[in-house]
Amino acid sequence: MGTRLGKQTIRLDQKPVIQAWASIAGAKEGQGPLARYFDDIVEDEYFGERSFEKAESKFIRETFAKIMMKGKVSPEDIQYIFGGDLLNQCIAVSYGIRETEIPFYGLYGACSTMAESMSLGSMMIEGGFAERVLCITSSHFCSAEKQFRFPLEFGSQRPPTSQWTVTGSGGVLLGKTGDGPRIIHITTGKIVDMGISDANDMGSAMAPAACDTITAHFTETALPQNHYDLIVTGDLGHHGKNLCAQLLEENGINVQEIYDDCGVMIFDREKQQTDCGGSGCACSAVVLGGYLLDKISKKELTRILFVSTGALHSPTSILQGESIPAIAHAVGIEMF
Amino acid sequence: MEEKRTKQEYKQWSQETAPRTKKARNLILAFLVGGVICSIGQIILNLLIVAGMTKDDASSVTTLCMIFLGAFLTGINVYDNIGKAGGAGAAIPVTGFANSIVSPAMEYKKEGYVMGVGAKMFLIAGPVLVYGIVTSIIAGIIYYLLT
Repeated sequence: MGTRLGKQTIRLDQKPVIQAWASIAGAKEGQGPLARYFDDIVEDEYFGERSFEKAESKFIRETFAKIMMKGKVSPEDIQYIFGGDLLNQCIAVSYGIRETEIPFYGLYGACSTMAESMSLGSMMIEGGFAERVLCITSSHFCSAEKQFRFPLEFGSQRPPTSQWTVTGSGGVLLGKTGDGPRIIHITTGKIVDMGISDANDMGSAMAPAACDTITAHFTETALPQNHYDLIVTGDLGHHGKNLCAQLLEENGINVQEIYDDCGVMIFDREKQQTDCGGSGCACSAVVLGGYLLDKISKKELTRILFVSTGALHSPTSILQGESIPAIAHAVGIEMF
Repeated sequence: MEEKRTKQEYKQWSQETAPRTKKARNLILAFLVGGVICSIGQIILNLLIVAGMTKDDASSVTTLCMIFLGAFLTGINVYDNIGKAGGAGAAIPVTGFANSIVSPAMEYKKEGYVMGVGAKMFLIAGPVLVYGIVTSIIAGIIYYLLT
């Protein structure tokens, strides 16, 4: 049974295995630098459905099917699903998995959902309550714009700190046994709010939360700073990544060379005009379910700290003048 | 970390290091895009006057034409790109106002014609209408009192 190392961190002794993973991305992501790592690229923003919301659910459904296929399992083999998305009441995932008949926990961690679901899923396995758990999340540029910003055809300018919501879905199948990458440490984030209230500058809002979680991770695990090959945050974007790197340095954590951000990796900022980079639940999910786990399974990376970052505001809280509470959840993944 | 920087200091630091808006480029593009839209309006107006319309009628018809143009370009997914480039130059002319009504109407069509299109159509234009009408009432009262 796992060991509590500190206020936020636990070590998993069973070391749950990531048995299978998948990622399906949209057209713009399919033109980005990580295109060849995705299982599928969907050119149609409607994915053959009537609305963007339905399209997002289809992303979930297809990713689920892909994981079943790659993991050679059927829905009966899975005891729990942990999942969430950005839409109100998390409809993308609820509708996406409604036919699966698998016990389901719906999560809202905004863009931190991928690491959040993996944290809870691996604790479920560590506790002996499940053989296999599926963790899944999605986001869609068009449905997110509709909910958080303006209608798509409205002619507005994006501020240079804004980020581009990733269209896609990513997920992982966690299990008790297997040869895949293993989850060793979990550091659960706490809410950090440094008073940023600009919803177009989420990198600034989330960077302190990412720094807080990464700092707690190293302090509580007492791991050396060069333990990981890569420390990767979820969607801080170019600006947030710079802020986070500097905040970490101020905390005495010098990981500049091994630090990157999924929001920075997924788009070519200049060619694709994505301002500060990618965001959304799918940002860290498709980079993990595409690029990162591929590299780990080939042992090109052996240890990574995967830190999904989330901004826990809503359009209502922003209109009421509230600042943005941010969170970051870290999962230490290692290949043996 | 909180001990090292106050919220105020963090906010200031993050704003100072944030990527900047390209102001010169935006100003020039807004001038050009706004100028082109207004020139098109002026051409239509002049043509109508040449065709024999009175100036009042011609300006009403010109406005209608520009609203149609804005709505049409929104419908064929073009106006959002004009807006992205032109900023205020594309938002302030009446074509921008048409865009602000047609774009939510298109977006919310999936939620039905009553609670979707009908209810959400004025999502962006609503405040403009409310405060435009309030201002015109105040101006009207002042005009009435002065004359």
